[in-house]
Amino acid sequence: MSILVPRDKLIEMYSIMVLIRAFEDRAHELFAAGKLPGFVHLYAGEEAVAVGVISNLVKGDYITSTHRGHGHCIAMGCDIKGMMAELYGKRTGICKGKGGSMHIADFEIGMLGANGIVGAGVPLAVGAALALKYRSPGNVAVAFFGDGAMNQGCVMEALNVATIWKLPIVFTVEDNQYAISMRSMAPTKLQPRVATARSFAERAVGFGITAVTVDGMDVLAVYEAAKAAIERARRGEGPSLLDCKTYRYYGHFEGDPMVYRSREEIEEWRKRDPIRLFKERLIRMGVATEHELEALREKALKEVEEAVSRAEEDPYPEPSEAYTDVFTDPYY
Amino acid sequence: MSERVITFVEALNEALSLEMERDPNVIVMGEDVGVYGGIFGVSKGLLERFGSDRVIDTPISEGGFIGAAIGASAVGLRPVVELMFVDFFGVTMDQIYNQAAKMRYMFGGKIKVCVTIRTTIGGGLSAAAQHSQVLYSIFAHVPGLKAIIPSTPYDAKGLLISAIRDDNPKVFFEHKLLYGVKGPVPKESYTIPFGVADVKREGSDVTVIALAYMVHEALKAAEELAKEGVSVEVIDPRTIVPFDKETVLKSVKKTGRVVIVDEDYDRCGFASWVAAIIADEAFEYLDAPVKRITTPNVPIPFSPTLEREILPNAQKIVKAVRQVVRKI
Repeated sequence: MSILVPRDKLIEMYSIMVLIRAFEDRAHELFAAGKLPGFVHLYAGEEAVAVGVISNLVKGDYITSTHRGHGHCIAMGCDIKGMMAELYGKRTGICKGKGGSMHIADFEIGMLGANGIVGAGVPLAVGAALALKYRSPGNVAVAFFGDGAMNQGCVMEALNVATIWKLPIVFTVEDNQYAISMRSMAPTKLQPRVATARSFAERAVGFGITAVTVDGMDVLAVYEAAKAAIERARRGEGPSLLDCKTYRYYGHFEGDPMVYRSREEIEEWRKRDPIRLFKERLIRMGVATEHELEALREKALKEVEEAVSRAEEDPYPEPSEAYTDVFTDPYY
Repeated sequence: MSERVITFVEALNEALSLEMERDPNVIVMGEDVGVYGGIFGVSKGLLERFGSDRVIDTPISEGGFIGAAIGASAVGLRPVVELMFVDFFGVTMDQIYNQAAKMRYMFGGKIKVCVTIRTTIGGGLSAAAQHSQVLYSIFAHVPGLKAIIPSTPYDAKGLLISAIRDDNPKVFFEHKLLYGVKGPVPKESYTIPFGVADVKREGSDVTVIALAYMVHEALKAAEELAKEGVSVEVIDPRTIVPFDKETVLKSVKKTGRVVIVDEDYDRCGFASWVAAIIADEAFEYLDAPVKRITTPNVPIPFSPTLEREILPNAQKIVKAVRQVVRKI
């Protein structure tokens, strides 16, 4: 590893990864138990991407997220009690129960929203980057989106606009191998410079955007690649794209029968579980002992459990709240 | 009051200019808004005055740059972004109706999306099916968007200034046939509140409700009808979200007869909605059925004779008013 990350930072990154995993595993159970209304898309397996990228952000930076946004929210520091209450549709939810799993946002900490429309957060991130360039040079925006968004027109428009305006933005593709049921590369024609290349980075190059392919199961690899991209953006050198190769453990949505992939394939990817890889490395590097890391995991489980108990007991919104918050002025 | 007379375009240009001077967060974005000064000249001179950081020429990528304007507005800028023709909304509608319109609500009321989307509307120029529509009903249909539709230079300036200062997403519709229309406009800055209809002509026999260019056709019709002894009240709602129901109902209760003029397509449009409100809330005051003059459900044709056939105009309004005044 060519980078030197302070011990506290490494421990913090690990803590967030296990918190995301604990949250998602629990949400999986809660959905199966019929506790969560609506659609839920889980991030388990992809933790290294959110944590590797977001660990480089500072106050004043922004991100936009996707329908699979819980990991980004937690990594940005969203309150998990508020998030769990939001998944339940409770009044105490981070969005007062008006958004749900697909629409969690906390602008005060720079989290500009998960999004129910594939690719739609990307132009919004470009707009945030435009505002930063104008008002707060040195800050950056990060747009997270999946491989499936790579063929959305608005994403390509956003890539072009960001590069001609030289905006401080990092496009982070989370290639979790599937666009719902389609193999991630199947719907995307690329013109690789190298015959074996299977990366969306190839497409970014066509936009004049610096791009790299990253092992999205290795949080330090993501951290390092993101660091370089984010520093470029902070220096005013324009956008970059990271193509992070990762894997989602659960279905596209909770309840997905997953007819498009085998159990063996999932097991194969789980062998390179991002949390396990990081844990082994931390132990090897002498950063922490197995016992210490296990304690962090238990702490995360406890925190999630507390969020669940709170959410269970919290009240639903009053029906009259359906009519507020459409505009800044009263309902009409 | 200053009796200075300027055009609708000049009034809009002045509004942009004044607001850009007043608030450094106001930026202007769109296709050809900079060097060219806007395809209809609305942003003329702004690039020279405010520079390319604040007057941004965009590629022809409405999804990308309108989305960017929405994102920038969500974090505190006040972009005024131009959608050259409303007909082009199809390539960017997701950003408008799923993002801008819903973000505040979905996020529990914690944010403000103050983007102003300016766009041009309207037929009468033989611009054919993809450059002649008004479509404001589509935007008004989606909760979360304000819809502003001025008819005079005075209203255009005051409403645009109000729009730029308003903390919500809004679409500002400019009828192409109005750009050259002249009228008195004070030099100084002023605002016009949303949701306040303007009675453009007082009358006692029939209420005619009209928007944008149709206000002028309605006034022409009223002049014609006055010669026949029919007194027409012309109401211009000016904004349809929010909508000034009170002024409309008050007038209907006075006249007992209504003609609604709406350049949008007939089906499920503004005119039908207003007719329904009147039927719900003032039925007992009506002396005749509510009449709607709209654009029939066909794409806007190119040939001037065909276009004239389908668009509402003063003659059609006169005819409709004559019909409702005869029915006792």
